[in-house]
Amino acid sequence: MKSDKVIEIDHLSYHYPDGTPALRDIDLEVYEHESVAILGPNGAGKSTLLYHLNGTLMGEGKVTILGLPVEKKNLKEIRRRVGLVFQSPEDQLFCPTVYDDVAFGPLNMGLDEESVKHRVEKALEMVGLKGFEGRSAHHLSEGEKKRVALATVLSMDSEILAFDEPTDNLDPAGSRLLIERIQLTPQTKVIITHHLPVAVDLCERAVLIRGGEKVEDLPMEKLLKSRGLLERFGFDPDFAQWMYQRKKDSGRANP
Amino acid sequence: MKHAFFDHLSGIESPIHHLDARAKILVFFTLILVSVSSQPNSFLLFGLLAMVLISIALWARLPLAHLGREVLVILPFLFLVTISIPFMKKDAIGGGYSLGLGGLSISKSGLWILWNVIVKSSLAVFSILLLASTTSFPRLIKGMERLGSPKIFTIIISFLYRYSFILIDEMHRMKRARDSRCFGGRWFWHSKAIGHMVGWLFLRSFHRGERVYLAMLSRGYNGTMPETTAGRFGWSELLFLSLIPTFIFLRIYLR
Repeated sequence: MKSDKVIEIDHLSYHYPDGTPALRDIDLEVYEHESVAILGPNGAGKSTLLYHLNGTLMGEGKVTILGLPVEKKNLKEIRRRVGLVFQSPEDQLFCPTVYDDVAFGPLNMGLDEESVKHRVEKALEMVGLKGFEGRSAHHLSEGEKKRVALATVLSMDSEILAFDEPTDNLDPAGSRLLIERIQLTPQTKVIITHHLPVAVDLCERAVLIRGGEKVEDLPMEKLLKSRGLLERFGFDPDFAQWMYQRKKDSGRANP
Repeated sequence: MKHAFFDHLSGIESPIHHLDARAKILVFFTLILVSVSSQPNSFLLFGLLAMVLISIALWARLPLAHLGREVLVILPFLFLVTISIPFMKKDAIGGGYSLGLGGLSISKSGLWILWNVIVKSSLAVFSILLLASTTSFPRLIKGMERLGSPKIFTIIISFLYRYSFILIDEMHRMKRARDSRCFGGRWFWHSKAIGHMVGWLFLRSFHRGERVYLAMLSRGYNGTMPETTAGRFGWSELLFLSLIPTFIFLRIYLR
């Protein structure tokens, strides 16, 4: 039996202010505790789609988040419940210290000082950066910045986490660390990426987008076996095959 | 990339560093006011103020030689501004040079003005340096805010601080890109490229501003920055504040 629908996108289209179409007639449903990867080439409209999840962009069509239609009057509630992690942590971390950045969301929610402090501590612990409260963002490594950016939405206790290219600009060790931290989060996740391995590690379902249109929506394992589809999207089918095998083996090792 | 942080000494552990920023701002500000408002011949007062500053620096375990060098940085600027004054003032002659063709004379009141500017600006710069070396920038901003500085002003400064490093990095990257395609020549021939760089820097900052605003909206920003936590104002702060009446007393009774 399927669990509750948390994201429902119905015939969504969006045009940039200059009239260029960015999204065309997108339909998408995401269920509770699901992890969905949105894959596609640069300029496919992935980030534009993501910005619709918390109403920072609003196009034509209907977007419903946790039963609430994305409209002006619901924005406050929706933004509390959908945590958006931006591609560049420099855009997300705008406060003088890590503490201020992680506390920004909870403070805007009107929480009292003690619970804000508690949430900041908990969020930083979840991303493995306890003790970084007083540091400034420009003193951190790229990987640490990305993890603080994740903490800034974890502290809001969002039910949905939306990531825009989470491992962009990270070295392999930094990527691994971040992926492990994301795997630990129990929330429903929508992850935008053009790195197939990231999608395979984090998601069980893949949505392929090109030119603003949804091309395919299928389970990750099925995608890894679809040679033609992978080739059309520029992924290496042999590498995908290898990842499929690895996923299967690890599944057998820890059932 | 590495930056020169002007608050790089603020991480030292000392009783002065632990004081609430408000107490330090008030004390150093009073010291500057007292020194600026006193007569140029209050040598004893200047000497005592300098001693207070040096004792604070020693107590804060700051490297005196380093601070001294930083104060010296202002001297060339001071000299440029003031060196002509003793030659321009026309009253009691303090001394003179004979330069073959004509004589150059130095006026006494001009010399007093020169001394006045040098001693007061050195004390002021030393005070500001001590403040910046014992208080990290974020705490300084918070201190100013709690002392009643307009919120919009402190927000602008904290954004400026946060993003100046990113802007400098961006500029360095552009400069490197230009240099790798540029083969010498005088700066005049590069002026077109420099113009483009400035334009790009502006555009990029503008777009970054938009993305940062989106990130703020996503975490519930509604036009007012959340209140930050209040600091503690204990006995050590009160003790430090007792320097203020001392300064005022010295100002009134010492000539």
